[in-house]
Parts: sequence; C-alpha cells; structure tokens
Amino acid sequence: MDKIEAKNVNFYYGDFHALKGISINIPNNQVVAFIGPSGCGKSTFLRLFNRMNDLIPGSRLTGEILIDGQNIYDKSVDVDKLRKNVGMVFQRPNPFPKSIFENVAYGLRVNGIKDKAFIEERVETALKGAALWVEVKDKLKESAYALSGGQQQRLCIARAMAVEPSVLLMDEPASALDPISTAKIEELICELSSQTTIIIVTHSMQQAARVSNKTAFFYLGEMVEYDDTKKIFTNPSKETTQNYITGRFG
Amino acid sequence: MAIEINQSYARRKHGIQRLAFGVFRALSYCVVLILFVILGFIIIKGIGVVNWDFLTQPPTDGMTKGGIMPAIVGTFWLMVGSAIFAFPVGVMSGIYMNEYAPQGKLVNFIRTMTNNLAGIPSIVFGLFGMACFVNYLDFGDSILAGSLTLGLLALPIVIRTTEEAFKDIPNSYREGSLALGATKAQTIWKVLLPMAMPRVITGLILSLGRVSGETAPILFTCAAYFLPRLPESIFDQCMALPYHLYVVATSGTDIEAQMPIAYGTAFVLIVIVLIMNLLANGVRKYFENKLKSK
Repeated sequence: MDKIEAKNVNFYYGDFHALKGISINIPNNQVVAFIGPSGCGKSTFLRLFNRMNDLIPGSRLTGEILIDGQNIYDKSVDVDKLRKNVGMVFQRPNPFPKSIFENVAYGLRVNGIKDKAFIEERVETALKGAALWVEVKDKLKESAYALSGGQQQRLCIARAMAVEPSVLLMDEPASALDPISTAKIEELICELSSQTTIIIVTHSMQQAARVSNKTAFFYLGEMVEYDDTKKIFTNPSKETTQNYITGRFG
Repeated sequence: MAIEINQSYARRKHGIQRLAFGVFRALSYCVVLILFVILGFIIIKGIGVVNWDFLTQPPTDGMTKGGIMPAIVGTFWLMVGSAIFAFPVGVMSGIYMNEYAPQGKLVNFIRTMTNNLAGIPSIVFGLFGMACFVNYLDFGDSILAGSLTLGLLALPIVIRTTEEAFKDIPNSYREGSLALGATKAQTIWKVLLPMAMPRVITGLILSLGRVSGETAPILFTCAAYFLPRLPESIFDQCMALPYHLYVVATSGTDIEAQMPIAYGTAFVLIVIVLIMNLLANGVRKYFENKLKSK
C-alpha cells in the first residue's frame, strides 16, 4: 500500500478553484518533488497533507487524502496527532525565539514528553540527523537567532525530525538560502528519505532532478503529469511539461 | 514649447515653504517646552518640601503639616489592585480577539466598543464604580472598589496593546508550532505569549502610570479625605496622591500653609509616573534581551 493516496482532491479559496481534481499516490520512503510555475497550486496541495490550510478562513476541500490508509480529513482524526506524524519545513527558516536546544525539544514537550534524559538524547539525535550537531553542540543554550540562515533551516529540519514524523513536507526549503547551504539541505533530504516519506515543493528544476525519485508537475491548479523524475526530465509525455522543463514558460 | 521658469515666483514659493516649515518646527518645540515648563514649575515649587519625613509621616495639624505617606501607600495599593484586575482580563480579551475569535462583525464590534470604553470620561467610570462595586456588590468605599474602577480604565489600553503585540507576530511562528503537533493553546502559551510579553507588560505599566494619576474614578469609590492610619485590608478606604492633591489645594483650613504640601504631592506623583515609564522601558529591554539570548 502507498504511504499517501489523494483521491480527486478539489480545493477552493472562497470562490477560487485552486486545485482541480488531483489524484496522486506517493510510495513509502521516497522523495517526491512538486514543481510548477508560481500560483499553480503546488504549495496549496502540500499544505493539505498536514491540514495547514485549515487555518485559512473560507477555504473548502472535496475528495479524500489518505495517509497509511486513513482519511486525514475524517471527523475522528486528531489534527495535532496528524501534524506530529506529518512534519513540515517552511520556506523561510522560522526558529522560535528560544535556545537551540529548546527549539528542537519543543515538539517533544508539546507532545507531552517530560523525561529529561530522553529529551536530551532525542535532541542530540535530531541535531546529528540534520548535520548540525558538530556546529552547535557547545552552544545549545544560545539563541537560535545566533545561527546563520542555513543553520537555522537545518535547525528547523532537526526540530521537525525530533518527533519522528513518517512524512516530511518541505515548502521550498532552500529558496532563501545560499548555494552551499542549499547543497547541505539537499544532502540531508537524501539521507532522511531512508526514514521518512518526503514531499518537497521547489522552484528549482535542478533541485527536483537532484533529490527526488518522483516528480509531479502542476499547472493552473491541475496536476499535469506525475512520473519517475528521470522520465519527467528526459521524456515527459505531455507537451506542457516539456515546455516548462525546457524553460519556455515559468 | 519649454515652460519658462518665473524666477520671482520660484523665490516666493521657497520663501513661503521656509516660513511654513519654520512655523511647524517652532510649534513642535513648543510642545517640548510646555512639558519642561510644567515639570520645572512642579519641581521648583515641590522639591523643597520633599524630605524623608514628608515621605514617611502622615499629615498632621489639619493637613497643614506632616507628610503624605498614607497617600503614597494608598496609590501603591490601588495600582497593584488595578493591575491584578486589568492584566489577566485585558490580556485574555486581547488574545481571544486576535487568536481565537473568527474575524468578522462581532470582533470588530468588540474592538469598537473597547475603543469607546477608552473614550468614556473618567468621572463616569467613578459613578459606575460607585453604583456597581460600592453599592450593588456592597464592597463599600474600599481599595477593592477603587482598584476595580481604575482597572476598568486601564483595560482598553491593555487590550489594545495585547492585540497589537499578537498581531505583529508573523504567522510563520504559529504555523511552525502547529506543524509540530502543538495545540493552539500550547502555541499561544509557549511561543506567542513570550514573544508578545515585552509589549504587553509595557502597555500595562504605562496604563498604570496613567491610572495612578486619576482622581475622578476613586472619588466616590475609595479615596479618603483624611485617614492617617494605613489600610489593613482590601475593604478599607485609603488616601491617594491625586485626591490628596485636590483636597489640600482646594478645601483645607489654611490654604497658605497647604499649598507647599500640594506642590510636594504633585512632585511625588510625577516622580512615580516617571519611574513607571522608565520601568516600562526597562522591562521591555529585559524581555527583549531574554528572548534574544535564550
């Protein structure tokens, strides 16, 4: 069974029909990239998987999204539990105004974990997992704002991974970073994909080609094509996809 | 065709401009000047009166001699009391309006009414306090009734600063917290409130500085004309600086002897308000540093 199944998803911001009848299957522990021009709906679609769009007044959804076979929009679903299982990394690094340690421990604490030794161990593991441990291990008590942008974004990844989500959503995670930080994030994505399913929205087609197993191309609220990344970038079946990846529009 | 520049018109235009800005500048300096004149007047007239006995002794000889200690203590308790009331109520209302309530007509209505509350003359608050707290709830003339009435006065300021402090926090912090499985309440308590706290506290202290100088709200709810002993419970009446100032300046037995006391009282009151404002600044800086380093 696939990790995530979306069935005929339609999404509206008020009267605006933002996503039109999208169905997609995402296999376990793979990296799937969403690409497409600005305003095509890829970020909107991504934010449906952890119900982040619930916060937008006047929005409406039809269709089903299943994670591990469970419809996440079912009334019985506990949204907080869902979000613990489906982590998210945002476009701009958004560490809390707390210490480096407390940033990573936050997710554990809000999920009711109090055991100090356990929290310390998990924070260390998460920071190591995000390739940040060596840089911060001597200044865990310092403010997260003392870190560079790239370090902050890796801290946010560590923060998300500390609660061991089985899905990680990444919304253009490197778009605000310099090339070296970007390379580090991409390396991380490849490593993390052994433990979680990753969906990454990106504006950079090279990035999609480098990190993902499968790629979905979105255009004007529709999913035009979804296939193995290699196939999308070498031999797409739709002309719109071909035009986009060759840079005729975007 | 090129437009010819009329030299004399250009000169006149610049002359008018200089004159206009000169007037603007003079007026803005005037505002500062007025403040300094008021402060200077009170300081010159009042500072000679203030000494250790003035601050630590009760009034004596029909309020023509002695100090103002009971009034200082009374004002202190009234400030504490109104803070205890206005802080939780104001902060919770502000949080509700910005974080929980669906934005729409109802919240806009509450917001407008809060602003209207700020516009009500303080003597009307006093009348309401007397009717509601003193008589209906039967607290009598007391620190409790006075504090609640002053708290009502501080409430709109606290609500507004809370709301603005929360409004200025970017949504990315809310999303970042919720995305980790935190509830809305956890997000507010652990992320948003610490971020908003410096401004909320600043707003509270500034509002207290203001209520400490209010006379009308405590006139019928708390203030004692003359009460040399200190209040022993929240159901006691107390003296208060602004009301004492009014009393000694207008309705004593010996105006000549009392005027210096009035200036001394005004001086102490101004110093208290000044300290409150400096404290507000200090607290804000402290919290900001704490947020940065922790």
